Amino acid sequence: MRLELAGITKRFGSLVANDGVDLVVEPGEIHCLLGENGAGKTTLMNVLFGLLRHDAGEIRVDGETVEFADPGDAVRRGIGMVHQHFMLVPVFTVAENVVLGFEPTRRAGFLDRRRARADVARLSAEFGLEVEPDAVVESLPVGIQQRVEILKALQRDAQLLILDEPTAVLTPQEIQALFGIMRSLAAAGRSILFITHKLKEVMAVADRITVMRLGRVVGTARPEETNEADLAAMMVGRSVELVVRKAPARPGRDVLELSGLTVVDERGVTVVDHVDLRVRAGEIVALAGVQGNGQTELAEAITGLRPVTSGSVRVDGLDLTNATPRQVIRAGVAHVPEDRQGDGLVSGMTIAENLILDVYDQRPYARLGSLDLGEVRRQAERKLVDFDIRAASPTVPVGTLSGGNQQKVVVARELSRPVKLLVASQPTRGLDVGSIEYVHRRIVEERDAGAAVLIVSSELDEVLALGDRIAVMFRGRITGVVAPGTGRERIGLLMAGMEEADLPPSAEGEDGAVTALDLT
Amino acid sequence: MSSSPIALSPAALGAPDRRLVSLGRVRGMGVFLVLLGVITLFGLSLSIPPSEHAQFLLTAPPAVSVPPLSMPVRWVNVPLAVLCAALGALLIARGRRRGTYLIFGAGTVAFLWAFLAWAARGGTLNFEQLLAETLVETTPLVFGSLSGVMCERSGVINIAIEGQFLAGAFLGAMIGSATGNLWLGALAGGFAGGLFGALLAFLSLRYGADQIIVGILIDAFCLGLTNFLLAQVLTPDQTTLNSPSTFSPVAIPLLSKIPIVGPVLFDQNVFVYLAAVLLVVVNVALFSTRWGLRVRAVGEHPKAAETVGIHVLAVRYRNVILGGVIAGLGGASFTIGSVGQFSSDMSSGLGYVALAAMIFGRWRPLGALGAALLFGFSVSLQSFLAVLNVGIPSPFLAMAPYVITIAVVSGLVGRVRPPGADGVPYRRD
Ligand SMILES: Nc1ncnc2c1ncn2[C@@H]1O[C@H](COP(=O)(O)OP(=O)(O)OP(=O)(O)O)[C@@H](O)[C@H]1O
Ligand SMILES: [Mg+2]
Repeated sequence: MRLELAGITKRFGSLVANDGVDLVVEPGEIHCLLGENGAGKTTLMNVLFGLLRHDAGEIRVDGETVEFADPGDAVRRGIGMVHQHFMLVPVFTVAENVVLGFEPTRRAGFLDRRRARADVARLSAEFGLEVEPDAVVESLPVGIQQRVEILKALQRDAQLLILDEPTAVLTPQEIQALFGIMRSLAAAGRSILFITHKLKEVMAVADRITVMRLGRVVGTARPEETNEADLAAMMVGRSVELVVRKAPARPGRDVLELSGLTVVDERGVTVVDHVDLRVRAGEIVALAGVQGNGQTELAEAITGLRPVTSGSVRVDGLDLTNATPRQVIRAGVAHVPEDRQGDGLVSGMTIAENLILDVYDQRPYARLGSLDLGEVRRQAERKLVDFDIRAASPTVPVGTLSGGNQQKVVVARELSRPVKLLVASQPTRGLDVGSIEYVHRRIVEERDAGAAVLIVSSELDEVLALGDRIAVMFRGRITGVVAPGTGRERIGLLMAGMEEADLPPSAEGEDGAVTALDLT
Repeated sequence: MSSSPIALSPAALGAPDRRLVSLGRVRGMGVFLVLLGVITLFGLSLSIPPSEHAQFLLTAPPAVSVPPLSMPVRWVNVPLAVLCAALGALLIARGRRRGTYLIFGAGTVAFLWAFLAWAARGGTLNFEQLLAETLVETTPLVFGSLSGVMCERSGVINIAIEGQFLAGAFLGAMIGSATGNLWLGALAGGFAGGLFGALLAFLSLRYGADQIIVGILIDAFCLGLTNFLLAQVLTPDQTTLNSPSTFSPVAIPLLSKIPIVGPVLFDQNVFVYLAAVLLVVVNVALFSTRWGLRVRAVGEHPKAAETVGIHVLAVRYRNVILGGVIAGLGGASFTIGSVGQFSSDMSSGLGYVALAAMIFGRWRPLGALGAALLFGFSVSLQSFLAVLNVGIPSPFLAMAPYVITIAVVSGLVGRVRPPGADGVPYRRD
């Protein structure tokens, strides 16, 4: 399908989210859309998919001008979309979500559940995206939900597939599988619009690249004519440091002590299995592992969001096993949850309110039992500047922010009070390179100020860049704790379930070096 | 494309949700049964002189007749008490396993049997009539809660059931009386309910008005309107406008001959059968058809529904109007189904009870039926006890159905979760 967007303009009140955007996607082309957080990428895609109405401009499909009144029209014209914020019904099963709107039925409109399940199993095998058709979506980690969202779009056989940040929470293997899918679809003449913040991915998969900033197209490129640094500069309008600068850690006393921590989830599966781990003041421990091996549950158990079955959690000597989230916060623990929309934000509340959710009842925000709204607003305005949160004002509902800007609100809140322990799951999920640079710098600053930091990330680059020690999790257990100089290959083996003791003492990594292993 | 090389733990993929009752709740239910057993043993059995008997009347025509059951209260209640306590102990010992509700149900029945025997000691209890009245009390509640299910599953709160009851009862009586055709009356009842369903839908979907406020306004409006019309139109012309006949019972061949339950279940008027059919239809449609999947998607996450081409507002309009029709039919059952005359405020709050039954029933038709039956049974039991003169002051007896329903249901059901977008207006940008 040949898609042409001409002069698309979309306003939200006084904010111009898309300002005369022109974009052409040729048949069989993988077209990457790059741009900083809030540049207007998602908005443009929503216009194209019929979810938003544009104020000016034209959409042409194969030369014919089209008007999409709703997504149904777009789907009928052969457009499929993977949404940045998943469009999944939480209480439905995976199969129900995938078939919704295109349900296989038997006579009289009865659902053919068996066929739905079989279809999902077949798709899942065909595209290498493993899912359990009968699992209830809300019980799944975001990485698996992402697979469901992709499968949903793939089954519709779209001529133009929009992928809005599908790789933010996928594993490297899944990303490779997805690229394989994209290439074969493109080879069959389908067009693909792919949004990501990961420049490596852009360079690897794009046929053409369009860069947006502040609602406008600021340039196009082909991967062979450009490089990551140029793209980053074009995106954010300044040069960006793509590596994290940090001094060697000077670890102090133990802050987080997990001993024998075991979590059995509501389905009776042991998701965290006798984990012993210490994180000291002034060091960053990065928890690596394929999504769904218990990292999420581990973080939730530490922060009081999930019951601990046995074992203990201590923070700075204080027993926080099965403490309430409030007690955990009071004990000086900050938490960036992996699912910002589900657990991190109240989307109908304003940015300013979201920024003080954890301290609303304390000075300087609360006085004599009432909120000091002036102070709340002043603090929020400062945070908007510090964290470069793109929003019309601190009083807009946080749900209207772009995905990356919502993430920044969560990070800003959690880094705004003195903490002893920071637990951050996928802290830079969906952030642009400029913002990643900033958030990484802030995390290192927390460390240097004496906080213990536990990062959970499925992004190996992030793990290697931030971690002073790297712990690898597999099926609920820590299979090894290694130094950041360790080769990717060796970490990969640990992630695949090899025990550290089983590996040769000095494995050959890409970057060769293996530093002393620090076993806790 | 090869499958991903790294094996995933089963945890990652999520096993099917098995919906077991939580351990704490199972134990609570067990302890409750043990307590009931102890109360039964000491309060309702051993305290009774061994010679006292209770008599249950079991059957009436057209069923095959069964002679009344006469029981020595003490010697029947002791084993029932032991059974009840034993089932409680069994629950505690078993922990989280399937069949919890079944065991709990059996224990409760044992207790109720003992309680009835105790209440009827030295006298006679018309058991069959107790069941029949339960059904009469339950029928309108079933209509009401089905109306609630239809609306709320699509994301619109329907507090207006009470008003739709009144509107349906009024118009059903008036048209049924004026035309002399009860079927037209029933139709008119459904129409009146549907009309107020449409009003609710229009105000809350078109203008995003608060659904609870609109619902309460409709209730107040319908009460006032029917009172006014009753005084101004019906009463002056009582014989033509407000004296419809009522649907007479239709016995279903063979089934109605079953002893005890036959006449109760299968010799009823058309509203009872209609409620049963609707119950099954709505339940099946909601959980097994494409229509139901879409309705639930709209009620849980309208935006997700929209992205797959489902018209959110169309689904909501349709469901809210259909829900109104169902409530209107339930209203008509008050007049042309039983009393044969419209009187002021004749639904007397049952619309709200129906709403509560739906919530207690976790927004599921069969769950709502359970709660409605419990309420209906408590109401009829209360009237029986008042007659048997068991020594409980009548204001307390009148309160009992509400207290029992709330206590039992909140103990059994636990945390209920409404549809994700229930009551939230949907706006497109
Ligand atoms: N419904 C809405 N109401 C008001 N403003 C909105 C709404 N949706 C988006 N915006 C604003 O439009 C701008 C563009 O947002 P958009 O989601 O398109 O960014 P994006 O490029 O996708 O960013 P990200 O990379 O963070 O996902 C943002 O400033 C956002 O706050
Ligand atoms: Mg976006």
